[in-house]
Amino acid sequence: MSRPHSHPPLWRRRAFLAAAGAAVCLTFLPLPAAAEPEDADEAIRNLFGDRPIREGKVTLKLPPIAENGNSVQLTVSVDSPMTEQDHVRKIAIISPRNPIPEIAIFNLGPYSGRAEVSTRVRLAGTQSLRVIAEMNDGSLWVGKASTYVTLAACIIG
Amino acid sequence: MAVIRISAPETAKPGEIIELKAMIQHPMETGYRRDQKGKIIPRDIITDFRCTYNDAVVFEAEFFPGTAANPFVSFFARAVQTGPIEFVWTDQHGQSWSERRVLTVS
Repeated sequence: MSRPHSHPPLWRRRAFLAAAGAAVCLTFLPLPAAAEPEDADEAIRNLFGDRPIREGKVTLKLPPIAENGNSVQLTVSVDSPMTEQDHVRKIAIISPRNPIPEIAIFNLGPYSGRAEVSTRVRLAGTQSLRVIAEMNDGSLWVGKASTYVTLAACIIG
Repeated sequence: MAVIRISAPETAKPGEIIELKAMIQHPMETGYRRDQKGKIIPRDIITDFRCTYNDAVVFEAEFFPGTAANPFVSFFARAVQTGPIEFVWTDQHGQSWSERRVLTVS
């Protein structure tokens, strides 16, 4: 027997909360909190100034599809011999779509031996992450990679 | 007391490049989530991680709310001489946690 119009109150409450949660997630995040690509540019300027940034040297490994944006594993590697004369000084992971564009910033040096770092990040949606590497001579290099986020890390979850 | 997991070799040859992995249990509360009453849950994150080897800084990380819960980093270091490797995390309130390993180089 089906009684479509008389769900128990608890079920209704749950359904309402779920719907409300989804609505908040969808509506609030892309509004004031969500960063625009310009914010990412500004974050990069704040970190490294107005120096030119060239493409190359930086490789960002991301899964093409991230099922859960709350924890996405990534690996950054920079083409550098990591010697006293020639090494990576700083690596910054920048998101054009998270509420705060900076995700993580790493400091390295010749003692690192290899310019490769792995970590896990939150992604508030499908986007193309940028990784900027600063060499000891001050030159800046950028690498990018995109991932499709099925379930975004959002303000609710 | 937060759970800390470290993966570090115990021995290495001089000049060898070793991989170090470090994870600390922490919610990394973003400051954007709301509780069931709709109140914003305050931000609570680990902001800094530092690894020193023979008291020299080998690797540093600055974390933001975009870093996933239980922050994990894997990085490399060049083995030079036998000595301690220290891993130190500091949260936004200044509280810190640390773990120590000894690397024998021969």
